[in-house]
Amino acid sequence: MTDPTKSGGASHLDLAEREHTFLDANELVLNMGPQHPSTHGVLRVILKLDGEKVRGTECVIGYLHRGVEKIAENRTYTMFNPYVDRMDYVAAVSNGLGYCEAVEKLLNIEAPPRANYIRVILTELNRLASHMLWLGTHALDIGAITPLFYTFRDREEILKIYEKYCGARLTTHAFRIGGCLYETYDGFEADVKKFVSFVTPKIDEYEELLTTNRIWVERTRGVGVLSGPDCIDLGVTGPVLRASGVKWDLRKAKPYAAYSQFQFEIPTGQNGDTYDRYLVRVAEMRQSLRIVSQAVEGIPEGPIMAKVPKVLKPPVGEIYHSIEAPKGELGYFIVSDGSTQPYRIRVRPPSFVNLQALDKMVRGQLVADVVAVIGTLDIVLGEVDR
Amino acid sequence: MPDETKGNTSPNPDQPASQPSSSSPSSAKPPVTVPPKPTAPPPPPKPPGPVPMPWESDMVAGLKQRFGSGIREASTYLGQSYMVVERAVVYDVLQELHDEQEFNYLVDCTATHYPQRAQPFEVIWILYSFNRNERIRVKTLLAEGEAAPSAVPLWSTANWLEREVYDMFGIRFDGHPDLRRILLPEDWKGFPLRKDHSIIQQDQEWVQINLGIESGQ
Amino acid sequence: MLDYVTGYLSSNVTPGQAGNWVWALIYILLIFLGISLAVMGMVWLERKILAHMQIRLGPMRVGPHGLLQPIADSLKLLLKEDIIPENADKVVFWLAPLMVVIAAFTVFIVIPFGPTHAVTDMNIGILFMLGVSSLGVLGIIMAGWASNSHYPLMGSLRSSAQMVSYEIAMGLAVVSAVLMTSFNAGGSGTLSMIGIVQAQAAQHTWFAFKFFPLGLVALFVFAVAMVAETNRAPFDLPEAESELVAGFHTEYSGFRWSLFFLAEYTAMLAVSSIAVTLWLGGWMRPFPSWHGPAITIPNFWEHAAPLGAVDFAFSLVPAVCFFVLAAFAFIGTLRMPKHPLMKIQKGGLGALALVLAGIGLVLLIPPVRDRIQDIFWFVAKVAVFMYLYIWYRGTFPRYRFDQLMKLGWKVMLPMGLGVLIATAVVGVLV
Repeated sequence: MTDPTKSGGASHLDLAEREHTFLDANELVLNMGPQHPSTHGVLRVILKLDGEKVRGTECVIGYLHRGVEKIAENRTYTMFNPYVDRMDYVAAVSNGLGYCEAVEKLLNIEAPPRANYIRVILTELNRLASHMLWLGTHALDIGAITPLFYTFRDREEILKIYEKYCGARLTTHAFRIGGCLYETYDGFEADVKKFVSFVTPKIDEYEELLTTNRIWVERTRGVGVLSGPDCIDLGVTGPVLRASGVKWDLRKAKPYAAYSQFQFEIPTGQNGDTYDRYLVRVAEMRQSLRIVSQAVEGIPEGPIMAKVPKVLKPPVGEIYHSIEAPKGELGYFIVSDGSTQPYRIRVRPPSFVNLQALDKMVRGQLVADVVAVIGTLDIVLGEVDR
Repeated sequence: MPDETKGNTSPNPDQPASQPSSSSPSSAKPPVTVPPKPTAPPPPPKPPGPVPMPWESDMVAGLKQRFGSGIREASTYLGQSYMVVERAVVYDVLQELHDEQEFNYLVDCTATHYPQRAQPFEVIWILYSFNRNERIRVKTLLAEGEAAPSAVPLWSTANWLEREVYDMFGIRFDGHPDLRRILLPEDWKGFPLRKDHSIIQQDQEWVQINLGIESGQ
Repeated sequence: MLDYVTGYLSSNVTPGQAGNWVWALIYILLIFLGISLAVMGMVWLERKILAHMQIRLGPMRVGPHGLLQPIADSLKLLLKEDIIPENADKVVFWLAPLMVVIAAFTVFIVIPFGPTHAVTDMNIGILFMLGVSSLGVLGIIMAGWASNSHYPLMGSLRSSAQMVSYEIAMGLAVVSAVLMTSFNAGGSGTLSMIGIVQAQAAQHTWFAFKFFPLGLVALFVFAVAMVAETNRAPFDLPEAESELVAGFHTEYSGFRWSLFFLAEYTAMLAVSSIAVTLWLGGWMRPFPSWHGPAITIPNFWEHAAPLGAVDFAFSLVPAVCFFVLAAFAFIGTLRMPKHPLMKIQKGGLGALALVLAGIGLVLLIPPVRDRIQDIFWFVAKVAVFMYLYIWYRGTFPRYRFDQLMKLGWKVMLPMGLGVLIATAVVGVLV
């Protein structure tokens, strides 16, 4: 067996240092990933184990690094737009919204109200899709194989709406800087309404499968606990933060798009464990449906594109804009030098920052919990590595 | 890949025209000069584009009082406030913001490279306060080889974020517990987000070593 | 010689007891083939049933409704490259799957499919079964150790701890069933598998319903322990694919891997058979002592003896089952898409319908009917347990290791012990 500390040269896990106990046993270094069924992509976690107990972890990331930020410096603002979809590819629409809004802010323009409504509808549907994918895979990690198929069945309906709207299902490139390129297709409202009434009982169905399932509760309650202050200290955002009892959501704190016009709650948990995070995400799915149905009711008429010059040359300056992506705060920090290409784009990826909390969450727990915690953090390696 | 050829030349670091002069305080000029012109016109900005306005608040006043010229600039651009702080005092400023001013959430820590300047690196901390619902940016300027203070003692988040900055820009952080590359492999050469690290050059080097041809373009 | 062979047919004991080696060998071969076929069928059924639980279709391409999928699977596994890791302990690595398979199959020597349908009947049958079936864990530990890799090692460690823990609860539940055998008229208990079923016949009740609810509780303890014993969901920690990749058989591929697979399903069949024998009346049909009014069914080739109407009705069930299956296959044939490419599939399914109907017809012949009935009811009861296995897998998340241990030692063990004591007390009092 090769010792990852030697081969990778990347480990700070000191094997020499260990407690001397009565039955002195060697620690086991387990290399989890990058090819592992439940590391959600190419995450590699080096676990230092005492039997089944985790004594320390180290994440090795970057297998999916594509240098998105460097690419951005070599593209025009418009050309870079589709690239952001490839970061968090299960929530491509949210990525696009964040980027478009950031550039709009830099250009000091605003998307027209109708465009904002379309954006809200599609982004919230995307949040649902992302949470559904998360729920299915998270349950699969914990050993419940059936919910995966239920959630994927329902996610399919969302993807169908995307496909009808812009022709793409996953990496949609749905929005443009200044608004939306496409007007909604005929029957869009009807489709969305149908979807909302279709999926509401389905969420109850997922809950029936899991919420009161004894094994599910035992496997998730008290696992990977993060207190509110810990979350803030670690910069963890999104549902993970809310499950720890911090009622903070960028859609309320710093409203963007048309979010200030909708009624919705911010679901929170108390214990900050895996079970609460599950409950919070499921509650969030319901809130998203609420927003979607309000938005589709009140969608105004009007243009969908603001007056945007053909060639985008934002004035010299910098801007940071962030949105509440399904996984947390997704921010774009853009520096413009007045040319057609961004001087620097920095993406603040929620998955990357949230993944940092893994070590704190799994220390002292069992191997099986590592899998549960990776699942509950809801990371997408495309976004972690960029 | 013609895009890259084209793209790489455009934001040419040698072109003095493309300086982020208004936002980044000291732009191309040696950073010794104190905040330049944009703060001058207080009347409403001209229609063509917004300009940074001076950022006035009790907090800034307090910081200025404590650190004096350590706070080089405090401005608001497009409703977003930022301050530029001397490297020597930046840790104290961050600490004050963290401890006294309730900026308990480090949103992001990143950097920008301006190769034409004397202090080519700008390290940016984006802070947020849950209680005040306020987001600010703190920046400091670094010369080549100069290290920034690590914010890990204040915010645990900074750990990976600073590792990424080190990985991409080669900026060292004093006091960081484990400053290693994070996204790129350990044996990577160079720091890719520096402006002088061109994609083409990287490509050609790889092609020459691995394929034995002159250029893959 | 011929007398030696045919002489057994008129005897009323198992070939082992009759000392007839030829028939014992034939039985062994039949059981081996039967189990292997059952495993293949089980795999197909598991994939299909699980798929339908998960709103999928499951295998549909190889043969009508994927009926030939198990054959395709086994062919694939046989043809696959067999990899032995370089640093593996080759001999142990090679022995481990054999060990597991042998342990799983050996158990079937004493399983009574009918009063005479067993290879042999031992007076310590149940003890033998428990003993041999737990040898399987040795193979798993060998596999985990020999692979020289972390995941298999952890898998095998988990497996051994799990098996040892649940063996105890399982044993206690078994003992309470064995205890029940002594509460019949004669007052002497037995460990013989056939004896246990006969004791249930003598006491006119399945042990699951004896001393209600004690029998049921013991069955429950056994049913939980047997899932843990066979490493199936929700106790599939040794091979938990989301944690340990594939557990103890991570490094195995091709045929060796398929041996593990075969052993797992064989072990499932074996423990289900124990449960059926001990608590659900083994080969006995439901309501075995209810015969109904005597009627005479005329037939053409032998003297028609009167027999109970209920007996007769139940004796038709196997044939009816095959007719129903044949009807399903026939309807499937009719519903096949009208496409030239589907002709072969259609023909295949039609042929299957005919074969099934043919089997049904054969099962109507009185002598066959009488000999096969036992086996049918036994298999039907085992099938219920197999369905439960699939159902668990589709429903439950996986336990964590400490929770599994807690359940084994803190819930199942006291429960088994309590049932044992209660059975003894009630048995003495009643």
